[in-house]
Amino acid sequence: MNKMSDSSLITPKALKHLKKRRAADARFRLYGIAAIVFALSALTLLVIAIGTRAYSATTQYVLQTEIMLDADLVAPEGETSEAEITRNIEGFYTLVRDKLFSEFPESTQTQASRQELSELVNRLAVLPLAKRVATNPTLIGKTIQVRVPLSDDLDLYLKGGSPKDVTVRIGSAGKIETDAEGKARLSSTSGLSKVTSTRSLLEEGKATGSVLLAGGETVARIDSLSPDAAELTLLTGTFEQLANEPLVAHIIPLPEAERPISDQQIAWAIALKQAGNARRVLHTSLVTHTDSTYPELAGTLAAIVGSLLTMMVTACVAIPMGIFAAVYLEEFAPRNRLTNLIEVNINNLAAVPSIVFGLLGASLLLGTFGLPRSAPIVGGLVLALLILPVVIIASRASLRSVPPSIRSGALAVGASRMQAVFHHVLPLAAPGMFTGAILGMARALGETAPLLLIGMVAFVAEVPKSATDEATALPVLIYSWASNAERAWEPMTAAAIVILLSLLVIMNVVVVFLRRRFERRW
Amino acid sequence: MSEHIVSAFTDELEKIAADLMRMGGIVETMILDSCAAVDRNNHDMARDVITRDPEVDRLEEEVERQIVSLIARRQPMAHDLRSVFSALKTAGELERIGDLSKNIGKRTLMLDESVPVAMRHGVARMARPVSLQLHMVLDAYATGNAESAKTVWESDDDIDQHYNSLFREMLTYMIEDPRTIGAGAHMLFMAKNLERIGDHCTNIAEFIYFQITGEYLIPHERPKTPNTGI
Amino acid sequence: MDTVGPAKTDLALTGEGADKTQALTYPRIDCRNVSVYYDDKQAVFDVSLAIHDRAVTALIGPSGCGKSTFLRCLNRMNDTIEGAKVTGDIFMEGENINSPDVDPVLLRSRVGMVFQKPNPFPKSIYDNIAYGPRIHGMVDSREDLDAVVEKSLRRAGLWEEVKDRLTQPGTSLSGGQQQRLCIARAIAVRPEVILMDEPCSALDPIATARIEELIDELRKRYCIVIVTHSMQQAARVSQRTAFFHLGNLVEMGDTDQIFTNPRERRTEDYITGRFG
Repeated sequence: MNKMSDSSLITPKALKHLKKRRAADARFRLYGIAAIVFALSALTLLVIAIGTRAYSATTQYVLQTEIMLDADLVAPEGETSEAEITRNIEGFYTLVRDKLFSEFPESTQTQASRQELSELVNRLAVLPLAKRVATNPTLIGKTIQVRVPLSDDLDLYLKGGSPKDVTVRIGSAGKIETDAEGKARLSSTSGLSKVTSTRSLLEEGKATGSVLLAGGETVARIDSLSPDAAELTLLTGTFEQLANEPLVAHIIPLPEAERPISDQQIAWAIALKQAGNARRVLHTSLVTHTDSTYPELAGTLAAIVGSLLTMMVTACVAIPMGIFAAVYLEEFAPRNRLTNLIEVNINNLAAVPSIVFGLLGASLLLGTFGLPRSAPIVGGLVLALLILPVVIIASRASLRSVPPSIRSGALAVGASRMQAVFHHVLPLAAPGMFTGAILGMARALGETAPLLLIGMVAFVAEVPKSATDEATALPVLIYSWASNAERAWEPMTAAAIVILLSLLVIMNVVVVFLRRRFERRW
Repeated sequence: MSEHIVSAFTDELEKIAADLMRMGGIVETMILDSCAAVDRNNHDMARDVITRDPEVDRLEEEVERQIVSLIARRQPMAHDLRSVFSALKTAGELERIGDLSKNIGKRTLMLDESVPVAMRHGVARMARPVSLQLHMVLDAYATGNAESAKTVWESDDDIDQHYNSLFREMLTYMIEDPRTIGAGAHMLFMAKNLERIGDHCTNIAEFIYFQITGEYLIPHERPKTPNTGI
Repeated sequence: MDTVGPAKTDLALTGEGADKTQALTYPRIDCRNVSVYYDDKQAVFDVSLAIHDRAVTALIGPSGCGKSTFLRCLNRMNDTIEGAKVTGDIFMEGENINSPDVDPVLLRSRVGMVFQKPNPFPKSIYDNIAYGPRIHGMVDSREDLDAVVEKSLRRAGLWEEVKDRLTQPGTSLSGGQQQRLCIARAIAVRPEVILMDEPCSALDPIATARIEELIDELRKRYCIVIVTHSMQQAARVSQRTAFFHLGNLVEMGDTDQIFTNPRERRTEDYITGRFG
């Protein structure tokens, strides 16, 4: 009858069971770890993918040079007001362009070449310079150092993206014989054979790309190439410099006709870089400029401000309403069919696709109420409606988690219902409500579809100053940049995504901090 | 009375009651036998009665121990409390009755054939009503009958009366024949013992009445037959 | 210990430290035909009893017999339960507290309650006690508040243990101390009646003994009604006892009488453990 006395705890059968159970435990743990590893690697992959794409947008190439602010060009009619000077883009542009012309005299020979050189810097790129001079008119007449962003194609080339450029060091030049038409012949050096073999490898035998030869600030195009000799056409600089400087061959496999920048422009770019006039600097304009059709001038400032204004409206509407609704429903409302219905509806609303709210906003807020289109106030209201169910649900959950003994204790001491709720229950539920509110806000920050439907898609060049000004939001900006065709927009879009994610991370860190600070144990 | 939910409690109470009944049984026979020994001058019987007393003492100690333990462990309330309380006191009374009977036996051993039979009969005659008192009170305990306990309590006076008349009878014998004074003195003591036994039975009746009804029998309310003097 | 005869309705106060003021000669709380319904289910059936001042009245009975429900009627805590309905009259100082004109919030400052599981507010010890007087506007200045806090903690026997750490949270105390804190909190609003719903059931024996000692002290000043599952505790602590069964009041009387010689068979059976 007594099991313990006639059989031990260690029998073959028991051992088998034990082994099975331990195996099951280990398996389960493995599944758990696998799930976590999967999630983490997906996250890491995402971060790396975006990070690497955004990386190239963190810096940009600018033309750094000294310019004499000629009063005749800058303020031809003696303007001194800020607005008028700023409007005079043409004058500043002429200054910059003239400076380039003086750097590369060979460009002034034909209209086409002048055009080519002008394309290195965009007309609108001088706007910051104009603003700077306009706020400080005493600079007129002086020589100042300016930095003007180079065009996006040039920027891409110089960063090494496109067109692809493979460099081969040749060492010192062999003999260079010049002739009358500005061409020269480079006699054999061992380096040329390396160039030939690399070129045939890259172009798969077809000689359709270009090969440029750079030495110091001189760049020449190789018209015909053989292992022991090359025919050269001078693009910029002098053959003398070429003879004296160590040579670097640039092999560009993509044919000139298929590229956005020509050999000549590439040559000028190389020359500028060598001279130190083309510098790689931090791309601060990404967050200090507003949107522009030119990638090198575009920035997210308007979008950031627009997003923040929208978030403020959302917060001011959704959070108080959500909290009060939750408090009423949880603490004061009677439990009957009506309140059950309301609860079910709130839960359902939380699952409604966000684009539906956009439709609601468009028809109701814009149509019936006639609020200004594309304004943060409309976006804010639409997003507030979107996150209201989330805030209510999270707040109710945290109210419910306050034990009823707290309420009883307060009531027993003679507190009224309101006093019990506001003095005792709310402070305890606050951390949870905080979290719910910020989570809702974080969701709202990233919503695109409803904002598109209410028209926050306008190309906004001015930073919005109030909630009724025209504005755009970061997610919408990302959408709009992602739809652009030019290659230069890719890293910009990725950089904007990084900015959006950083804002979200900051919000979450604030939540965790505030929650820790105010959390109380009971 | 229905069972306790914890049946061991009921078992323990029942054991105490059984022990008391056993004591009562022994003691009842002790009274009858000791008086029979006096009546027939049977020394062997007297000695036999004396040997029964240690058992009564042992039982009393046993009952006391059980009761103390039960109070500590079970915290009896209401009826259980009263019954435990009265069981404790009853055990004490029964033990005293045993001692008194033993003393009657001892005195018997000091008497010889020379004692007049009439004197012996006198004492022996008192045994019946006294042992009947005890018998009735034990019955009342066994059956839980408060009324019969009250009847015993009320009959204490009869015993006292009996004692008084026996006292006078002995005096008469001793006055008539001074040679019987020695024996007469013993007889008087034996009669006194029987009267004491009667008082103890009355006490037991009070305890039983309290146990069953929760009320106290107040002495001055007891109906008394008129005092005949002496 | 009070000496009580079976027919007495009042208590003689003897011994050292007894409050020399005269105990009120009429019952502090007089309940007549009180019934409680939860939605359509009746939980308390037509209970009439009187609760005496400067005494502890214990409500005993098996689980679900309605004693806690009845207790909650005395400070109208049943009002906070959905679907609960209380009928009958409960007279306190001549006023029927069940009438709709009586403000339950005000009532609860005069009838305090201590719960089964100690529930101090998650605030400092000082704030726990100070909360009640503050919201009832009982004190004008900080010094007055300090005095009230100290007095309440002294009366609850907790002052010596916490006087140096009044700013620490109430939840940092041990179970027994927390319950005494809850009692001090109840006292701070100067109630006339203190209700206790199984105050010791979550505590160890020593903490329980201290609370019982405290109750013994408090009864000299307050009218106390205690619901307890432990008959021994009811016997130790109370002067009057009421036995409830299935929502009915079966018997009420002096504690001594109930526990030595109850009149009702059901009371007897419950007390001796013949049914649960």
